[in-house]
Amino acid sequence: MLKRLFVWFLALSSAAFSAGCGDSRSHAQAVYVLIDTSGTYALEASKAQMIINYLLGTLQPGDSLAVARVESRSFTEKDIIAKATFDSRPSQANAQKRAFRDKTDAFLKTVKASRYTDITGGLLQGAEFLNETGAGTKTIVVFSDMQEEIDKITVRNIPMNLKRIRVVAVNVVKLKTDNIDPRRYFGRLEAWQKRVVAAGASEWRVINDLERLDTIFSRT
Amino acid sequence: MSENQPWMLFPDNPALSVFVLAIVALVFLYAARRPMHELLRALGALLGGPLRLGARWLVTTAEQMKERNRAVLLAHGRHEVGQRIEREFERLGAVVRRDLQGYPTLQRKLLDEITRIEEDYKKCGEVPPPPPDWVEAVTAMAEVKTGGEIVQRILEEIKTSIGRIHDKAISEYRKSYESRHKILESFMPFWRSVDRNIAEVNKKLGDLQESAKGVDALMAKYEAINAKTDKAQHALTVSAFTQFAIALLVMAVAAGGAFINYKLIALPMSEMVGAGDYLTASLRTSEVAALVIIFVEASMGLFLMEALRITHLFPRIATLSDHMRRRMMWIALVLLVTLAGVEAALALMRDMLIADKQALIQSLATVQQAAPADGWVGKIPTAGQMLLGFILPFALAFIAIPVESLIHSSRTVGGVLLAALVSALALTLRVLANVARRMSKVLITVYDVVIVLPLLVERMTKAGMAMRHSPVDADDTAYKTR
Repeated sequence: MLKRLFVWFLALSSAAFSAGCGDSRSHAQAVYVLIDTSGTYALEASKAQMIINYLLGTLQPGDSLAVARVESRSFTEKDIIAKATFDSRPSQANAQKRAFRDKTDAFLKTVKASRYTDITGGLLQGAEFLNETGAGTKTIVVFSDMQEEIDKITVRNIPMNLKRIRVVAVNVVKLKTDNIDPRRYFGRLEAWQKRVVAAGASEWRVINDLERLDTIFSRT
Repeated sequence: MSENQPWMLFPDNPALSVFVLAIVALVFLYAARRPMHELLRALGALLGGPLRLGARWLVTTAEQMKERNRAVLLAHGRHEVGQRIEREFERLGAVVRRDLQGYPTLQRKLLDEITRIEEDYKKCGEVPPPPPDWVEAVTAMAEVKTGGEIVQRILEEIKTSIGRIHDKAISEYRKSYESRHKILESFMPFWRSVDRNIAEVNKKLGDLQESAKGVDALMAKYEAINAKTDKAQHALTVSAFTQFAIALLVMAVAAGGAFINYKLIALPMSEMVGAGDYLTASLRTSEVAALVIIFVEASMGLFLMEALRITHLFPRIATLSDHMRRRMMWIALVLLVTLAGVEAALALMRDMLIADKQALIQSLATVQQAAPADGWVGKIPTAGQMLLGFILPFALAFIAIPVESLIHSSRTVGGVLLAALVSALALTLRVLANVARRMSKVLITVYDVVIVLPLLVERMTKAGMAMRHSPVDADDTAYKTR
C-alpha cells in the first residue's frame, strides 16, 4: 500500500518535472467486430450478442467499438452496424453503451443471410477503422467459421496491412466437410493464421469457447 | 592424463618427471626465497596499509559525526526543554495570577471572620450572677436564738422573697445561656466559611507546589543538558528514537487513511478530468488528480496546524502577526472544509457510478440477477462513504504533527545510524587490514614449509661450516640448545 502510494508520488513528481504534460502514447483500445451473416452461419448470429455484451462490459471510457457484418462484399462503411468511441466520462460512456447494445440487438434480431462471405474485405475495412481511431491497442474480432467465399468479380487476393492489429477468430464452428476431414478445418485456420501474420498482425488467436471470452484481451 | 604432456621430461615415467620437476621447482623457490618473502610482505603492506588508513579516517569521521550529533542533539534538547520550562513558567505565572492575586482579599476575609468569631466568643463568656447582698443579713437572722414568732415571720418573708428572686435569677440565667447558645450557633457558617477558605488555599498551594516540582524536574534536566552529561545525551537520544518510531507508526496509519481516501475519490475524479488520459503506462490522470486533492488537503492541514501554532515547520508563518496568522488559519480552514465537502460529493458520485455500472453489466448479462433490496439498509454504504469522504480530510490534517515529529527526530536518528554505519565500516576495514597483514605472514610461512628440504640442507651446511671454523662456538651453541 505504502509502496504504491510512493510509486504514485514518484510518478507524479517525475510527471511534473518532465517537459510534456502526459504520456503521448494512446492507452485506449479499439475493437472491430466482424459478424459473419453468410449461409448457415447466420443462425449463429444470436451468439454474437454475447460477445458484444462482453466487450461493452469490458471496454473503458475512451475506448472504441464497432460492429460490422460480413457480407458478399464487406469492404464498405455501409456494413458497419454500430460504432462508438466512448466518452471519457464514465456516466456518459455507460449511456453510450446502452444505446450501442440496443442498436446491435435490433440488428441481430433481423439479420438476413448473405450469399457470399467476404472476410478479407471485412478485415480491410476493420483495419482502416482501427487505424483511424489512433488507439494504442487494436483488435479485430471475427465471428465466423472462417470459410471465405467470394464471387468471381470481387478481387481479394491483395496484400493486407494489419500492422499492430490483433486478430481474434471467435466461434469458428466446424462445417460438415470438416467433420468428414478435420484436416480441412485445421488447414483453414492455418491458412488464415499465415495470411494474417504475413499482413503484419501482432497476434492471431482462435477462441471457440464463448465462456472464455476474457482471453480476447489477454496477452500471450 | 595425456601421454604427450609437454611438462613430462620422461614421457614413460610420470612419477620421475614429477619428481625431477619438483626438485627443480624447489631449487628455484629456494633461490627466490628472499625476494618472495619481500614480495609477500610488500603485498601485505600494500593491501593492509590503505585499508588501515581508510579505517583510521572512518574512525575519525565517525568521531566527528558523533561529536556533531551530540552538539546538535544537546542544542535541540536545550531548545526544547527551554521552551517547555518557559511554557511551564507561563502556566505557573497564570496560576499564581489567577489563584494568588485574590489572596489579600481572602486573607482580609479570613481575618474579618476570625475577629468576628473572637468577638462573639467573648460575648459567650459565662457571667455568674452576683451574690445577693441580703445573704449576710439572712445569715445574721438565722443566728438569732430568741425572738420566736417575729423572727420566724421575718424568715418566712425572706424565704418567700428569696424564692421569688431565685426564680427570677434562674430565668434570667437561662435566658442569658439561650442567647449565648444562639451566638454560638451563629458561629457555624463562619467556621464553615473559614474551613472552606483554608481548604481552598491549601489546595491551590498544593497545585502550585506540584507545578513547582515539575519546573524543578525540567530545570534539573536543563542543567544536565547544559552540563553535557552522558545521561542527558542518552535520554535525549532514546527520546528521539521513541518519537521517531511513534511518528512512523502514526504516519503509517495516516497513509492507510489516505489510501482509503484515494479509493473513494479516484473513480469519480474520472468523471471530472476524464478516464482516458494517462500520465504513464498505468497511471491515469484522474488517479493523479485524486492524489493531488489528498496532498492539497494534507497541505491545508499543515498550514492550519502552523497557523494554530501547534506545529512549527515554517518559521515564516510562526513570525507572522497574530492578525495575519488568524486570517491564514481561517483561509486554511475554509479550504479544508470546502475540500471535505467536495470529497463527500465525490463519494456520493462514486456510489452512483458504481450503481450505474452494475446496472449496465446486469443488463448486458445473459442471466439476469435478482436486484438487491432497495431500502434504508441499501443507503447505509452511501451515507458511510459520504461521511468518510467528509471526515478523512480533517483526519489527514493532523498528519502535520507526526510529520514535524518525524522531521525533528530523523536528524538524531539518521545521525546516530550513520555514525554507527561509519564505525562498522571502519571496523570492517580494520579487520580486513589485519587479515591482509596476517595473510602475508601465513603465506611466508607456507612458502618456507614448501621449501623445507632446501632450508634443512642450508641449516645443516651452515652448522657444519660453523663447527669447522669455530668448534668452541659450536659447542657453546650446542650447549645453549640443550
